[in-house]
Amino acid sequence: MTIKTSDLPLKERLQKELGNPQMRKAIANAQDLLNGKREAAFEELGDFEQWRETAGTIRSHVLENLDYYLTQFADKASAAGAQVYFAEDASQAAGYGLEILQKRKAVKAVKSKSMVTEEIGLNEMLEEAGIEVIETDLGEYLLQIDDHDKPSHIVVPALHKNRDHFRRVLAEKKGYKGDNVPENMTRFVRQLIRKEFLEADVGITGCNFAVAETGTVTLVTNEGNGRFVTTAPKTQVVFLGMERIVPTFAELDIIFSMLARSAVGAKLTSYMSLMTGPKAPEDKDGPEELHIIIVDNGRSRVLESDFREVLRCIRCGTCMLECPAYRHISGHGYGTLYPGPLGLALVPVLAGYDDYKEITKICSLCGACNEVCPVKIPLYEFIFEHRRIIAEEGNLTPAGEKILMGRYGDVIGSSALYGLATKAARFSSFAPKVGPLKQWSIDRDLPKIPKTRFRDWFAARKKNGGVK
Amino acid sequence: MKTVSFFSTCLTDTVLPDVSRDSVLLLEKLGCRVVFNPKQTCCGQPLANSGFQQKAKKAMELQMEALLEDEADYVVCPSGSCTLQVKEYPNFFEDQPDLLEKAERLSEKIYELTDFIVNILQQTDLSASLKAKAAYHPSCHMTRLLDVKEPPLALLKQVAGLELVDFKGQDKCCGFGGTFSVKLGPLSGAMAAEKVENIREAGAEYLIGADAGCLMNLQGVIERRGYPIKVRHIAQVLMAS
Repeated sequence: MTIKTSDLPLKERLQKELGNPQMRKAIANAQDLLNGKREAAFEELGDFEQWRETAGTIRSHVLENLDYYLTQFADKASAAGAQVYFAEDASQAAGYGLEILQKRKAVKAVKSKSMVTEEIGLNEMLEEAGIEVIETDLGEYLLQIDDHDKPSHIVVPALHKNRDHFRRVLAEKKGYKGDNVPENMTRFVRQLIRKEFLEADVGITGCNFAVAETGTVTLVTNEGNGRFVTTAPKTQVVFLGMERIVPTFAELDIIFSMLARSAVGAKLTSYMSLMTGPKAPEDKDGPEELHIIIVDNGRSRVLESDFREVLRCIRCGTCMLECPAYRHISGHGYGTLYPGPLGLALVPVLAGYDDYKEITKICSLCGACNEVCPVKIPLYEFIFEHRRIIAEEGNLTPAGEKILMGRYGDVIGSSALYGLATKAARFSSFAPKVGPLKQWSIDRDLPKIPKTRFRDWFAARKKNGGVK
Repeated sequence: MKTVSFFSTCLTDTVLPDVSRDSVLLLEKLGCRVVFNPKQTCCGQPLANSGFQQKAKKAMELQMEALLEDEADYVVCPSGSCTLQVKEYPNFFEDQPDLLEKAERLSEKIYELTDFIVNILQQTDLSASLKAKAAYHPSCHMTRLLDVKEPPLALLKQVAGLELVDFKGQDKCCGFGGTFSVKLGPLSGAMAAEKVENIREAGAEYLIGADAGCLMNLQGVIERRGYPIKVRHIAQVLMAS
C-alpha cells in the first residue's frame, strides 16, 4: 500500500461507502464507545487544555529543532550499536528494508502495526521479492487474511468490520470452527501467530516515538505482539517517521500519556517496548542486529511549508473518531492512508494537491477536531487554508468554477445585483432539480421560497409608520 | 435606548424572512431601536469557506459599509455562523489598513442575537411560552468557534411550558456546512438524517436552533421523511406567546 488507497473519483468513493450500512453502524458504534472512554480518561487526568498545550508545545519545539534532535538521535542510536539509515522517499525506505532482509536471506518476517510501512509500500515490495510478511496486530492480521483489505483507521485498522464478518473470514481462510466471541477468535489467531513469531527471520516495526537523548526507539501496543516482534527474531528493522522524535524520556512520558488516552481511552497501553541498540552480551534476549530507517517521504516539504505544525501529530486517531463526516464513510472514503481531519490537513501537502485536492471537500468545517486534538494542531485552519490555495493559487481549480464563483462574488458584492437575484429567486418555486441543488435534493426537500423577502417587509413597515 | 443595526443574512432575508421579522420584533420589544440598512447582502462565508477568499472580499467590504453606515451602537445577527464570519473579517484585510480598521470596528460591534439579549441587554425572561417538548440543536460555528453556548439555553429555559429534551449526538454537526451541503450532497444528507433520527427518537415535537442554515438543512430531511417535527428559529420561539 502507499499513501493512495483508491483510484475511484471522490463522489463514487463516497457513494460506495455510504451504501455500506454494516460499515456505518460499526464505525458509529466504535466512535461512540471510544469517544466516551477518551473523555473519561482525560477527565481523570485533570485540565485537558493545559495538558494539550504542554504536549503541543513539546511537539512544536521538536519540529523547530528537528535537525538537531535527528542528529542527536542518530548519533546515540549508532553509539548503542544500531545501524541508522536516512531514506528520502518511499522506494528508498522500502528498498533499504528489502536489502537488509535479503542480506539475511530472510524468507519470513513478522510485523507489528505500522502506518509508515504502509505509507512506503513495504509489504508489497517484500512480497514481490518472495518474502512472506505476517502482520501480527490482530486487526491488521484479520485484514491481511481478508484478501488484503485496507485499514480504515490509523489506530483501529479494522474498525469498519464486525465480528460476524471476521468469523466467516477466519473459517474460510484458516479453518476456524468456533463462534463469533472476540475472545475465542483472538485465542485462535494467537495460536496461529505464535508459530510465526518463532519461525520469522526478521522482525519489522514502526516506532511511536524515538528518544533523542538516548537513541531509544519505542513501541506501544495493547496486544503484546510488538514485544514478541522485537524480541524473537534475530534481526530487527524499525521504520521511523522523521518527525516522531522527543528530546528525552520526560517528554516521552507526557506524549505517551496523551497518546494512550486519546487513542483508546486508557491511562497507558498494555505494553510499552523500549529498545536502545541491539542485544548486549549480558542481555538474555533481543535482536542481534537493529536497523533503524528514518523516513522522510515528503515530511521535509511539510516542514518547510505553512502547514508545519501538522507534523505535531502523534497518530492517535482522535480527530477521526470525533469527525461527523468520517463517521459515515470510514477511512476508506478518503482514498488515502491518513483519513479524517488529519488526512485533509496533512496529505495534500505531504503528497501533493494534484492527487489530494479533492479530499479537502470532505469537511463541513464544524471544528470538532480542533477541540479534541491532544497536541492542538489547528486542523480547521489548515483545511480552510488548503481550500484557499486550491481555489486561488496555480491551476488547481477549473476555470469554469472560478468564473461561476466570481459571478457569485459579484452578486453578493453588489446591493443592486443581490436585489435582482433575490427577487428572481422568489419565482423559482419550481425548485431547480439541476446543478448544485440536485445534490441537496437527493435526501432533503428544498425550502419553499416565500414571496416577500424580509427587507420588503421591513421597508413596507417603515413606509407605514414603523410598527408591525 | 440602544440602536441596533440588524444584519439579516441572505438566508433569512430570502428563505426564512419570518426569522428576521421575529428577531426585529424581539429586539424592539426589549427596547432597542432597530435599523436595517438595505445595502447589506451576504457575509461572504460561502465563498470564503470554499477557498475563494479574494472573490468574497467585495461582499465583505459591502457589509462593512452597510452595517457601519448607520453608526448604531451594535450590530445584531440571528445566525451564529454568519456572525462568526463577520467577526473574522479582520483576518481577510490584514494588509489593507483602512479596511482593516473598519473590519475591526465591525467585528467588535457585531453580536449573535441570543448573546446580545443575554449578555448586553441582560435579559433572559422574555415572557414567551410554548407548551411543547423540544430539542435544541447547538450549531457548530456558534458554540465551538464563536463560543456562544449558554445564552440560547438560558433564554429557552425561561419559556413557559417548554420542555427541552436531550438527544443522542446533540453536539454533532448537522451536516449543513454551507457549500458542503451541495458539493457532497449525499454525505451531508447522511449526517443530517442521523441527526433528525436522533431528534425523533427523543420524542421532540419541535426542533429549535439559532442558525437558519442548520435548520433549513434539518427541515429538508424532516419534510422528506414526513416527520411531524416543527422547526423553529429561537427568535420565533421567543416571540411566541
